[in-house]
Amino acid sequence: MKKKLDIIWNAIIPNNPVLIISIGLCSTIAVSNSVQSALLMTFAFAMVQIPSNIIVSAMRKIIPNEIRVPIFVTVIAAFTTIAALISQAYFNAVYQIIKLYILLVVVNCIIIGRAEAFAYQNGIFDSFLDGVGNTIGYGLVLLTIAVVRELIGKGALAGIQILPDSYQPMLLMVLPPSGFIMIGILTGAIETYLRKKGGKK
Amino acid sequence: MSYIENLLKIFVSSAVINNIILIQFLGLCSYIGLTDSLPNSIGMSFAVIFVTVSSSILAWMIDNWILIPTGLQSALQITAFILVIGSFVGLVEMYIKKASPNLYKAMGIYLPLIATNCLILGVTFINSMNHYDFVESIVSGFGISFGYAIAMLLLAGIRERLRNSDVPEFFKGKAIAFMISGILSLAFLGFSGMIK
Repeated sequence: MKKKLDIIWNAIIPNNPVLIISIGLCSTIAVSNSVQSALLMTFAFAMVQIPSNIIVSAMRKIIPNEIRVPIFVTVIAAFTTIAALISQAYFNAVYQIIKLYILLVVVNCIIIGRAEAFAYQNGIFDSFLDGVGNTIGYGLVLLTIAVVRELIGKGALAGIQILPDSYQPMLLMVLPPSGFIMIGILTGAIETYLRKKGGKK
Repeated sequence: MSYIENLLKIFVSSAVINNIILIQFLGLCSYIGLTDSLPNSIGMSFAVIFVTVSSSILAWMIDNWILIPTGLQSALQITAFILVIGSFVGLVEMYIKKASPNLYKAMGIYLPLIATNCLILGVTFINSMNHYDFVESIVSGFGISFGYAIAMLLLAGIRERLRNSDVPEFFKGKAIAFMISGILSLAFLGFSGMIK
């Protein structure tokens, strides 16, 4: 049981896809300027990451080694199409804003990377857990950044005004540069934390 | 507005105003991963320009001649585009391996990874969403990848200098690259509103 939990934990902090491995950055920075976009993006990510991990893992014995990447991509493309259509049907307002990034989940390095590095070598249940862990690891970073950016940049959370009217919004926080700066600070923080922790051992 | 003027507008807006890396955040993995050395980032920029322009041509043909007439756009667009790019990168890989083995060795793992660079797929979607015609698609593909090259060279140049400077402990490693990109992005924000 401990080992199963480790699969999830591993993807959240020690091997966080966004902050430690620095992949899947594009969508993280692009959609993190409002909480609603971040939530929809995490939802779309989960809709693709978990099922494609399961499918790749289930088919791993019959996928020939030479053409595995095109097969992974085709599987992922199918789930991305499903995720995009669901988002369009139920969350159209937010979908229209971040449409491009949802379509681009198909080339999200995290998903392809997990298919290649984990699901292709491990059992179905483990791959499912790995998918869940990576979704949490990705979603947490996305939401942390989104909460800070929307709160400071608009004084609101998920479109609801939180700070009093007298608060002067710092518009820079919802503009592109702050995405880079926020992720820089988080990367620095988590790397310092891991360095300290490694030093103690 | 004449047609040429329109093309120029698309080029400038996709290369500078909506710079694909600093304003739209696509293709960041290779941007952060490959900019520790100037020669690498130059090689990558040329490869990306080449693949982007060619796949925007191919994707336009498939989109307008096959997917739209048959009404399959919403269901098959993602799969069709990614397969076009994947097979195209395969072709380029074979060509470079044959024509210039040295370049092939230098590019290493990053050459096949062009297929999963979100910038290139992004360009095909941007062209399709904006309903660009054939020439406009080529210009937009070239403009966007040109903007990518600008951003790559800027960051690579800064990072070469950074090697000799004293970075605070907290920001050592990738964190400082993100902070620099944030400042570059701030600079590029100054171009917004240049074309109305």
